[in-house]
Amino acid sequence: MAEKHKLLEVKGLTMDFGGLRAVDSVSLDVCEGEIAALIGPNGAGKTTFFNCVTGIYTPTKGDILLHPKGLDTRRLNGLKPNRVTEMGLARTFQNIRLFADMTVLENVMIGRHCRTKSGIFRSILRSKGVRQEEQEIVEVSYQLLKKVGLADFANEFAKNLPYGAQRRLEIARAMATDPFLLLLDEPAAGMNPQETAELDQLICKISEQDRIAILLIEHDMKLVMNISNPIYVMEYGKKIAEGSPQQIKDNPKVIEAYLGEETDA
Amino acid sequence: MDYFLELFLGGLTRGSIYALIALGYTMVYGIIQLINFAHGEIYMIGAFVALIVAGICTIYGFAGISVLVLAAIAAIIYASAYGYTLEKIAYRPLRGAPRLSQLISAIGMSIFLQNYVLLAQTPDFLPFPSLIPEFAFMEPVAHIVGSSELVILMTTVITMILLTLLIKKTKIGKAMRATQQDMSMARLVGINVDRIISLTFVIGSALAAIGGVLVASYIGQVNFYIGFLAGVKAFTAAVLGGIGSVPGAVLGGLVLGWTESFAAGYVSSDYEDVFAFGLLVLILILRPAGLLGKARKQKV
Repeated sequence: MAEKHKLLEVKGLTMDFGGLRAVDSVSLDVCEGEIAALIGPNGAGKTTFFNCVTGIYTPTKGDILLHPKGLDTRRLNGLKPNRVTEMGLARTFQNIRLFADMTVLENVMIGRHCRTKSGIFRSILRSKGVRQEEQEIVEVSYQLLKKVGLADFANEFAKNLPYGAQRRLEIARAMATDPFLLLLDEPAAGMNPQETAELDQLICKISEQDRIAILLIEHDMKLVMNISNPIYVMEYGKKIAEGSPQQIKDNPKVIEAYLGEETDA
Repeated sequence: MDYFLELFLGGLTRGSIYALIALGYTMVYGIIQLINFAHGEIYMIGAFVALIVAGICTIYGFAGISVLVLAAIAAIIYASAYGYTLEKIAYRPLRGAPRLSQLISAIGMSIFLQNYVLLAQTPDFLPFPSLIPEFAFMEPVAHIVGSSELVILMTTVITMILLTLLIKKTKIGKAMRATQQDMSMARLVGINVDRIISLTFVIGSALAAIGGVLVASYIGQVNFYIGFLAGVKAFTAAVLGGIGSVPGAVLGGLVLGWTESFAAGYVSSDYEDVFAFGLLVLILILRPAGLLGKARKQKV
């Protein structure tokens, strides 16, 4: 089988906060068509890893390389988040961060704006081109809302949506930036089993229909084992395992990290 | 009744000017939680530029309302450039620094700009030509409301409508609202937050410049210190309405304007500031977040 095209290649990523090493030389790849997962106990450094990749933190050491198809490789270290987003990498948050006082539709539209050309003056003057562009944004945004099942709530304020719907809206907003790689930080956190199952389907749909690669952080083992491959495991800032769901399940280090060491008492 | 109406309209005029300047405070605060103390100085610079341009225009034979328009346009451009530069050199390098450092930088810029105009121009009061003509159709009601008041009111109302449309309807406005609600998330959806902040300063400064031209033309004189008092009043209006809230700034401006106008009219003009600031204290006791302000929940 031919080598799969790597979209994201992280090499030896290290992030120090003063004396604390939150991420310790972690390497990880996400290839085309994959749903990769990053798991690990609380405080393992998973979210810090995401923050480094998306430009919120500048890593202390290591390389974050993005290989868009048909384009040059870009090094993401130290780039501002808006530049990272422009390059085709979007994310969602562990704690929901919607623009609460905007409508559902506006939340998605705003994600789309970084893909449009019209500058400040033209958008103030609202020329014909701008209005046309705006119309297209509305249409694309509606399509995305349909995809995540929120089209009926388009004109509600984001803060009035139920929890599970807010999570899906975050995904729609991230999708609106037209990414080829989507980072999801605990998308199933706080969801009930039915919502989790729906999310499961949604993530697979995004992966298959939209050809977007996904890297997700998740605690819901069922979700992770069902849909993702490969799986990377972190503990205390270090990567302790990687492989297919079966390999991870059988890996003694992972079992130890999650269940504690077996003692012969 | 005429007297009441006169005070009412006088207060409305005064209040709408406060609102215009207060918008600059509140928009900047909404986005970067900084009280831009140099905002009053931008207003003052706007008035000075208008004075200079009006002088030049008069030499070249322009007259009446066209001078006002040219002077206002020059003031807007100049003040916007100042606002942009101010943010770039005094606030942007301190992004992420403690709030207090930014505040001190703002106060420093305020003092610097005052003294710069003091040295570069003059410490004296300069007469400002009354650029707003007396309209014939206003004659029947001239004892209640003058042409100047009418022009000020119309201008502020139109400006505020345009600003509201900008914020509510355009892509820029959406980006501004997003940045205000969650700056780092705005970055993550691809918004160039630095540009939005610059733009906020530019818009705020343009509004201050419009205010500067209108007030200078109405009162008839300018000097380097007018920005201070206008700044304090507008800041009061912004806090009164709930700092960070755009409709709040407008409401705060109007409430302040009416309070002063009625206090001056029915009590004594010596006491107008006492009433104005007394009202501020009262409202802050009853509604600490201001009239339309939302108490911010601190996220942990």
